[in-house]
Amino acid sequence: MANNILVFIEQRDGKIKKASFEAAKAASDFAAKLGGEIKAVVIGGEVENVAQLGGYGAANVVHIKNSELTKYSSSAYAELLTKEMSDGGFDILFISNTAMGRDLAPRVAVQNNAAAIIDCTAFDYQDGTIVATRPVYAGKALVDVKATTEKKVFTLRPNVFSAGSPSDASATVEVKEVSDVNLKSRVVEEKLSSGKLDVAEADIIVSGGRGMKDAESFKLVEELAGLLGAAVGASRAVVDAGWRPHSEQVGQTGKTVSPSLYVALGISGAIQHLAGMRSSKFIVAVNKDKDAPIFQVADYGIVGDVFDVVPAMIEELKK
Amino acid sequence: MKIAVCVSHVPDTATKVNIGPDGKTLDPNGVAFVLNPYDEYAIEEALKTKELLGESEVVVISLGPDVNKETIRKALAMGADGGVLLKDENYRDSYAVAKALAAEIETQGAQLVFFGKQSVDYDNGIVGQLTAEMLGFNCATVAVDFKLDGDKITVEREIEGGKEVVETSIPAVITAQKGLNEPRYASLKGIMAAKRKTIEEKEAAAAENYTEVLGMKKPPEKAAGKIVGEDASAVPELIRLLKEEAKVI
Ligand SMILES: Cc1cc2nc3c(=O)[nH]c(=O)nc-3n(C[C@H](O)[C@H](O)[C@H](O)COP(=O)(O)OP(=O)(O)OC[C@H]3O[C@@H](n4cnc5c(N)ncnc54)[C@H](O)[C@@H]3O)c2cc1C
Ligand SMILES: Nc1ncnc2c1ncn2[C@@H]1O[C@H](COP(=O)(O)O)[C@@H](O)[C@H]1O
Repeated sequence: MANNILVFIEQRDGKIKKASFEAAKAASDFAAKLGGEIKAVVIGGEVENVAQLGGYGAANVVHIKNSELTKYSSSAYAELLTKEMSDGGFDILFISNTAMGRDLAPRVAVQNNAAAIIDCTAFDYQDGTIVATRPVYAGKALVDVKATTEKKVFTLRPNVFSAGSPSDASATVEVKEVSDVNLKSRVVEEKLSSGKLDVAEADIIVSGGRGMKDAESFKLVEELAGLLGAAVGASRAVVDAGWRPHSEQVGQTGKTVSPSLYVALGISGAIQHLAGMRSSKFIVAVNKDKDAPIFQVADYGIVGDVFDVVPAMIEELKK
Repeated sequence: MKIAVCVSHVPDTATKVNIGPDGKTLDPNGVAFVLNPYDEYAIEEALKTKELLGESEVVVISLGPDVNKETIRKALAMGADGGVLLKDENYRDSYAVAKALAAEIETQGAQLVFFGKQSVDYDNGIVGQLTAEMLGFNCATVAVDFKLDGDKITVEREIEGGKEVVETSIPAVITAQKGLNEPRYASLKGIMAAKRKTIEEKEAAAAENYTEVLGMKKPPEKAAGKIVGEDASAVPELIRLLKEEAKVI
């Protein structure tokens, strides 16, 4: 029992988040290593394609259902997840480190008298305990941490653990209708910028810095991002100038991202910016200053004017 | 109403991280420590709430060694009424920090508590939630908008791709994100006044750590990349590399 893993599956708008497939896959791979099993928990109203979780290694899924649970409620979700963990005798809980995950994980940890280890990027098993690796100081260092408690809650950084390509396996889904949910804290409305990809979830990010000169010129960044299916990111200088919203800021006091491709346009590469994006798999930089620190982390660099290079990139991609 | 703000004292974000001789912690040599950036928004929101309510008091709490008083002093200069230092020279994990903060919040009788969304040292972002849960308080995290109407709280919190509106009520913990407000600067008068305000010092309540750090290491260095070329003429080669070598587009 001790090595069985419970995985929390996040849904928004009835759709399972990509990061949760990653968590399910990571849990199932890791449980196999520990000689345990996994079970996935979905909390919500109507949720699409729950059985698909089987393809990511979660053969057993419980769907805790009530229409009041369609939107997130920290109080209700924490109680229900805690109950699932204790009733099922699970010692380990995996949650993806999203806005919801980070909100939820510490509460469930307290309710289970468990340690919470946040934003993990790797797991290992040494001397009978799980050792998690997590970035600290905005990724300038990594620590290896273990829990000294019997029960443990881990959150997994999105985009780090690969969900792989799913098999056709379909999960056995047990639907548990619940009533009287605790709605002391509840989401009453979501205000989503429609169709906009968030930097925290994007596989490709095109970011602009002060070198883009003004808010108007971000049209170029947006156009390039559109062609690549990417999210638009920004440096703090740009956010402070009011050209872009804070939700797009990448860096130590913005978002930490690890996309497969990060394109930095007119960004100098200050330590606080690098902190948020240096773990990207490939980094492209365009800067007119050949000595800009961004080139020290870039895989591919072009020394040049963004107003010359970016239109050329757009042209080339349209071909 | 008593409003509490919990603040941490952290390395400046420009710090170059060197690993200390124990192989587990940051080498503090040459590191400048500051009030955690997110906690400035927490202090500001507490002060704004006090101004709105009248008849209330803002107390700042920080757990750590003696130097944390600098951070408390900064909050006092911004306008907080009183400060408490929960003394502990030793490393505490989030759980043990939250335990002691919860005990102090209870002693203070605070019904509304502001935290930063995250300390920019260990980047955990959980002490607020842990403390709330230990106290049995409601909690809303990563707040970019906060409204209090009687006992009722409405918070907008940042999520992927937008915001969500949370409704809850006092007693509550709120964790502050950038965008919540514009923190005020301490005025000269505020700085002078802060010197006369007392910081109460007490031993932090004992608590055990739930985690143990086994080691700290530097992330693998990225191999130096290549300059593909200069100006627009380098673009076709760049796109080719992204397609054929990196295979990311
Ligand atoms: C507490 C704290 C937290 C911070 N957190 C963050 C954070 O989260 N994220 C963040 O990004 N920063 C953060 N910073 C700020 C950081 O230190 C830098 O100031 C910021 O990243 C600089 O943004 P930038 O690169 O856009 O601007 P600049 O540093 O001004 O760089 C502009 C670059 O554009 C180039 N350029 C100019 N014109 C052109 C052109 N026509 N074509 C090509 N290149 C051109 C220049 O050569 C230069 O390299 C933080 C700072 C502090 C103190
Ligand atoms: N030692 C501490 N003393 C007081 N408050 C703290 C301390 N550590 C963390 N906090 C608060 O908890 C928030 C989140 O911290 P963390 O979970 O460590 O990222 C911070 O922004 C502070 O408001």
